[in-house]
Amino acid sequence: MFFLVIKRILLGLITLFIVSLITFVGVEVLPGDACTTYLERQAFGAALEACYERLGLNLPAYERYISWAIGVLQGDFGYSLSGEMKINEVLGPKVKNSMVLASASILIGIPVALLLGIITALWRDKLPDIIISTVTIFSMTIPEFISATLLILIVAIWLEWLPGIVIVPSEASISELLPNIILPVIAISMIMTAHMARMVRSSVIQVMASDYVQMAILKGVPYWKMVFKHVLPNALLPAINVVALTIAWLLGGVVVTEVVFNYPGLGRLVIESISNRDLPVVQALAIILASIYVSINLIADLMTLMLNPRLKSLQIKK
Amino acid sequence: MKTSVQQINNLTIGFQSQKGQQISILKNINTTINKGETVGIVGESGSGKSTLALAMMGYVKHGLFTISGECMFHSNNLLEMNNKELENIRGRKIAMIPQNAGQSLTPNLKIGYQIDEALKLHTDLKKTDRDNKISELLNKVRLPSPETMAQRYPHELSGGQQQRVAVAMALAGSPELLLLDEPTTGLDVTTQAHVLELLNLIAKDTGTSMVYVSHDLGAIAQVSDRVIVMYSGEIVLDGPVRSILKNPIHPYTFGLLKSIPKLTLPGLPNSMSGSQPQPGSIKEGCSFYDRCEFADKNCKINSPELEYINDLNTHVRCFRHKELINQNELNSQTVKSIENKILKNEILDLSNVSISYAKQKFIEQLINKIEDKNPTVKDIDININKGETLALVGESGSGKSTILKSIAGLLKTKDGIIKFEKDKELSSDLRKRDPKFLRAIQLIFQNPDESLNPNHTVEEIVAQPLKLYFGLKGHELKEKIINVLDKVRLGEFYITRYPRQLSGGEKQRVAVARAFAAKPDIILCDEVTSALDVSVQAAVLNLLQELKEDFGTTYIFVSHDLAVVRAISDRVAVLYQGRLCEIGPSKNVYKFPSHPYTEVLLGAVLEPDPDIKPKLVAEDIVEEKPPENGCSFQGRCPRILGDICKNEVPPWQTTENGNSIRCHIKIDDLKNQQTLN
Repeated sequence: MFFLVIKRILLGLITLFIVSLITFVGVEVLPGDACTTYLERQAFGAALEACYERLGLNLPAYERYISWAIGVLQGDFGYSLSGEMKINEVLGPKVKNSMVLASASILIGIPVALLLGIITALWRDKLPDIIISTVTIFSMTIPEFISATLLILIVAIWLEWLPGIVIVPSEASISELLPNIILPVIAISMIMTAHMARMVRSSVIQVMASDYVQMAILKGVPYWKMVFKHVLPNALLPAINVVALTIAWLLGGVVVTEVVFNYPGLGRLVIESISNRDLPVVQALAIILASIYVSINLIADLMTLMLNPRLKSLQIKK
Repeated sequence: MKTSVQQINNLTIGFQSQKGQQISILKNINTTINKGETVGIVGESGSGKSTLALAMMGYVKHGLFTISGECMFHSNNLLEMNNKELENIRGRKIAMIPQNAGQSLTPNLKIGYQIDEALKLHTDLKKTDRDNKISELLNKVRLPSPETMAQRYPHELSGGQQQRVAVAMALAGSPELLLLDEPTTGLDVTTQAHVLELLNLIAKDTGTSMVYVSHDLGAIAQVSDRVIVMYSGEIVLDGPVRSILKNPIHPYTFGLLKSIPKLTLPGLPNSMSGSQPQPGSIKEGCSFYDRCEFADKNCKINSPELEYINDLNTHVRCFRHKELINQNELNSQTVKSIENKILKNEILDLSNVSISYAKQKFIEQLINKIEDKNPTVKDIDININKGETLALVGESGSGKSTILKSIAGLLKTKDGIIKFEKDKELSSDLRKRDPKFLRAIQLIFQNPDESLNPNHTVEEIVAQPLKLYFGLKGHELKEKIINVLDKVRLGEFYITRYPRQLSGGEKQRVAVARAFAAKPDIILCDEVTSALDVSVQAAVLNLLQELKEDFGTTYIFVSHDLAVVRAISDRVAVLYQGRLCEIGPSKNVYKFPSHPYTEVLLGAVLEPDPDIKPKLVAEDIVEEKPPENGCSFQGRCPRILGDICKNEVPPWQTTENGNSIRCHIKIDDLKNQQTLN
């Protein structure tokens, strides 16, 4: 068990290393570099040289990679070009804002998904299932940029209940953010929730048809006790990994939604820094997103291991 | 007057077809289960026996519904009760022991919890009393160290232990009626015999009524007082066990009993033609009409009613049962004894073969070696002559299928050499094998549902080897396919069908046809009849034997069913934990089982005769790994000598009959000990 955890963590680190290499190389081979972008038409002669000197771009690529990687390990991503600011300062508040958005979506989305999934499975083919299933399939098929736009149109413009566009600075406190994130959260969690609810539904249905559930019924176990003791633990176990994948996928949804709502988070920063060719920031973002992805999957794997008695004892035996 | 526990009146259960018709899968069932009685319900797959058993608990599966009739438990109709009322009866008054205990125990809950749950629901005991009761129950079903057992999860137990836990769980509520749905199917022969013995003891001790559902007449014969035979959703015969099994007065039962291979009667059993009709396909007449040897015009038009025969205390559904009453043909049963032309030339030779499932470490992969001091299969020396049928027998984990896989090239050997026709060495790696050897050795798998591609038609399935090995095309190919199908008695119209449109027996015939299409020298049969019903099994065995006689093919036949092996093999090799115990001509191995393991194995075989009881010689302990030193059977051997068995690998000894056994005990001593029992 212990070795397995170590092995998984190591694998995660290797993945991150490869991601960092790929982004670095990708940025390297693109035509132009930070200085040419920054200096624009003045990018020649002494000014260019000075810029290279200042940013350390005159060094060979591998040396730059190593010094950059060491910086990243120490939590220092270097300097942003567009603002000539420390990237950490640029990123900090945006990461916080995006985290607020993502965690709110997850905190609302997962319980709702579980509830809907379980309801649809237990009332399979009955009215609750038919209604909820229709709605989830419908919301699964609409991309978030459309649902986000529709939400703005209906809730913000027609009904005028909530602000349609987020107009707060990146440094706003959470309490200032809260009323602004309601619409983005709905837009993000819609698809995610629908996906997870479908997964949970099929998983619960499968377990309900199993021999051991039939056995529990025939043993005289009352219905709800059977559901909570015999069905749900076994049905939700395989759902954990899917939830992890959905959360990881949510990162992409966050990017799109943030742009639609003009939300000051990572997503908007990604778009901005790519269009500004602010390569150090792009690099930093790639690493951050990759590490979130890797760690979510790692956590899901570990949770499955902890909760499944079968896997647990298998590992102990070895 | 006997008191009845359950009475079933005019029960009909069915489903709604897509065209909106009601199709019944249980038709007009009338029967009574009396107090203290054990009733066996027997029938082939699709006869409705499990549906009937579940209905006795008031449970009807998703998609099915009660069309008419009632299941009276004392004076209440179970089928009209609400969930609350049923919860009070299920587990407390009527308990179920499921078919596959492994899948019927909830995987995330400990054994102790699952038994405790039944106790909490059905008794008023306090926590400490319940804990004691759990130990008591686990003890009753003879599970070792009950306290630690209660802390285990279901997957940590062996199949036999899981089945015992299921029995303990069912006994927790001290029910009046126990329903057993194929409780020993899927267990090893020795484990099965032990579980049945346990059930018999419980029936005697507690006076519980039991309903025992099974397709296995051998198991039914051991436990039942009364037997109900079902066919196509109807009761066709219902009476005392001896009357049913010794003098069956229904043609179906008669045919069924004849199609079971028996140890006492070597040779291929007679097969019954055809298969059970699909539900809803019989509109008029007797449902067994198509397959009946005794049928006449009347049977085609009119459906027989269940009739009571006073002399035999038996209910029968047949117009012509009188003709069967004095048919004693069953005892003087004619079986086709097999005679294979065995040529002197050796076709396959395994010497010193060891196979390991150990995962190769990185360095071992580089030097292509496996380091495993205690491999799954070790030191196998077998040679097979052309035209012979060699059977490999043993319980699960004996390595018999593993050996087949290595011969087929699907699994690398660790050590040893496999030679084909004396001088051609077969590489244990499939990719390095000469295609002509690939053609020469074909494999037929246990389950045709899994071995036939569901998206291919029969034509495409059989065409594969013909195209691959002979490069046939177009008209020639088609002609050959029809020819091969004809050999396995499938008509030309089968070629456009998909596997799902075929019955179990037909599917296995297609698998046989595919193997024979390659014109192989050796066919490896891996439990080929285990997934089939008995009547179909006999037909497939007969088919295999005929094909062998036509083509002179050599068979290596793996099975856990010793009676089947007796019927078809020339020579038997008995394996335990991947090590050979005994090898010799079948007739000698079965007549005088010299190795203690062979003795244990044969003792546990169940004959469909209530008067032949199995002999339980050894404990059914499950060993996870073969012992590192000494004899492989030391852990369970009833005749163990002492340290010599634990430390030294036993030598080969040859008996006067030509059997070779691997045992430390002198042959004469063994013979004396065995005749004493």
